[in-house]
Amino acid sequence: MNGGRATGLLMRIYLWIFFIYLFGPLVIMAVATFNSSRFPTVTPWLGTTLKWFAALAADNQMWDALVVSLIVGAGVIVVSVPIGTGAALMLATMQGRIRTFLYGVMVSPLLTPGVIIGISHLVYWDRYFGIHGGIFVLIVAQSSFIIAYVMLMVMARLQRFDSTLEEAALDLGANHVQMFRRVLLPHLRPSILAASVLAFLQSFENFNTSLFTRGLDNTLTVYIASKVRTGLTPAVNALGLILIVVTVVGAVLYEVLRRRERARAEQARREALVERPLRRLEAAAVAGS
Amino acid sequence: MREVVRRYGVALTGYMVLACLAWTLGLIVLPELMMVDYSFRPNLLFVEIGGPKDVHTLANYETLWRNTIHLSIFFKTIWGSALVTVVTLVMCYPLAYFLGQVVAADRLSTYLLMLVVPFWINEILRTFAWFIILAYQGPLNALLLWLGLTAEPIRFMSGDGGVVLGMAYAYLLFMVFPLYNAIETLDHNQIEAARDLGAPTWRIHWRVVVPHAKPGIAVGCIMVFMLTASSYAVPAILGGPSSRWFTQIIYDWFFEGQNWNQGSAYAFILLLLCIGFILVMMRLFKVGLADIAK
Repeated sequence: MNGGRATGLLMRIYLWIFFIYLFGPLVIMAVATFNSSRFPTVTPWLGTTLKWFAALAADNQMWDALVVSLIVGAGVIVVSVPIGTGAALMLATMQGRIRTFLYGVMVSPLLTPGVIIGISHLVYWDRYFGIHGGIFVLIVAQSSFIIAYVMLMVMARLQRFDSTLEEAALDLGANHVQMFRRVLLPHLRPSILAASVLAFLQSFENFNTSLFTRGLDNTLTVYIASKVRTGLTPAVNALGLILIVVTVVGAVLYEVLRRRERARAEQARREALVERPLRRLEAAAVAGS
Repeated sequence: MREVVRRYGVALTGYMVLACLAWTLGLIVLPELMMVDYSFRPNLLFVEIGGPKDVHTLANYETLWRNTIHLSIFFKTIWGSALVTVVTLVMCYPLAYFLGQVVAADRLSTYLLMLVVPFWINEILRTFAWFIILAYQGPLNALLLWLGLTAEPIRFMSGDGGVVLGMAYAYLLFMVFPLYNAIETLDHNQIEAARDLGAPTWRIHWRVVVPHAKPGIAVGCIMVFMLTASSYAVPAILGGPSSRWFTQIIYDWFFEGQNWNQGSAYAFILLLLCIGFILVMMRLFKVGLADIAK
C-alpha cells in the first residue's frame, strides 16, 4: 500500500523534527557552556573551556540563592505533605455535594496562574499580617498549590486501600491513632514519599509565584532569570547544565520507580483476583477431602 | 461528617478538619478575597488607611480603560496567548495521535520518557535556551547567513515574534499530555471501521478522533492559554521594550510604581480573563469541570 508508506514516512519526518525541536535548544545551551566566548553562544566557537564552572562556583550570590531554594523546598514539604495527606483522607470519606465543592476549591489553585497566587499572598501577608515577602511567604504561597498535588497523589493511593483492614484493626482493639499509624500510614508511605519529592521539585523550579513573594531573598530560579537579563555569562549555562543533568537523572529515577510501583500494584491485583481465590479453593478442597 | 469521626476517631478528624480549613480558607480563599478587596481601594499612605479616604472605588479599573498603551498590551496578550494555544495544538496533535493510536506498545514508554524529561526541566532554562538561539550573533542567524537566506542578522528578540516562539516551546508539553491521554482511550476499531467504510484520513480525524479527544483538547488549550497569558519569564527574557506582556505591567505596578492596589486590580483582570477562557472552552467543547480538574 503506497499511501500508507507515504504517511508513515511523513510521520517519521514529523517525529524527527518534533524531537529535534524539543531537545535541540537544550543541547545548544549545554554545549555553549564549554565555549570560551564571554557571551553564551555556540557561534563563533572560541575554544573549549571548563572555566565557566569555576566562575559559577565562585559566585556567592548563586550559593545564597541555592540555600534559599533548599530552605523553601524543605519548608514546602513540611507544610504541604501533612496538610495534603489530611485533606486526602478527609475527601476519601466524604460524599455528595459538599465533597464536590470542597474538591473544587482544593484543586482550584492548579488552574490559577502562578503570578496571581504570588500577588494574592504578597498582599495578604504584607497588608493584613505585616509579614513582608521572604522565605515565610515563599513557603506558604508555594504550598497553597503544591498541597493540591500532594492531595491528588495520596488520594490515588488511598483508592487502592482495603478499608476492611481498618475495620479489622479497630475490631482487634486498636484505637484510631494506632490504626492510623500501624495500618493506614504504612500503606500510604510510598505515595507520601513520592509526593515529598514532587513537592520539593515543584518548589525548587517555581518562578511565577516566587517572583512576587520573594521579598529581598532570591531563589535559584529567580536568580537565573535575573542573570539572563543582566550580567549574562556562560556561568549561567554551567548552572543550567548542572540542573538539567540533575533533573534528567531525577526524572528517569522517578519514572522507573513509578513504573515498578505500578507493576507491583498490578501484580498484587492479579494475585487478589486469581491466585488468592485459587488458594482458598485448594484449602477448601483439602479440608473437604 | 459522622462517618469521618467513626472511621478516624475524634483526634484524627479534628486534625483533618483543621488542615482542610487552614489550607482552603487560610491559603486559597482569603488571599484571593483580600487581593480583590485591595484592588477596589485607593493607594493610600500608611496613616490614611482606615481613614475617610479608605473607601471602595472602581478607580483602579478605570486606569486600564483610560490607558491606551496598557489596554493595547492587554489585548495583545489575549491575542498572543490564543495564537500560541492554536500553534501548540496544531504541533502536538499528530504526536498525540501517533502515541495514542499508532506506536507499538513496547516503544511507547521510551517516547513518553523522552517527553517527560524536558517537561521536568525548568521553564526559565527552556526559555534561556531560545535566548541563545535567537541572539543577534547566535546560531540561528549564523545558519540563515550561511544559507544565504538573509543578508544581515535578524533581531529576533526586539518584537513579539521571539516571545511567541519561546512560549510555544516552553508550554508545548502541557498540550501533548492531555491530548495523548484523551486520544489513547479511543478504541482503534472505530478508526478501522471508519476506514473500511471508505472515509478519507482527514474525515476520520474530523469525525472520529477529534470528537473523542474533545476533553483533552479543552484541557490542553486551557493549560497553554493560562500559562501563556500569565507568563512573566518568557517575555522578560525573549522580548524587548516594544513587546511587553500584561504580566510585566502588573509587575511594574508592584515593584516600580509601588502601587499595589493598582497592581491587584490588573492581576484580578488577568485572573478574570483566565476564568473567562476556561468557561468559554467548557462551553465550546461541552466538557465539565470534573474532566478538567483530573
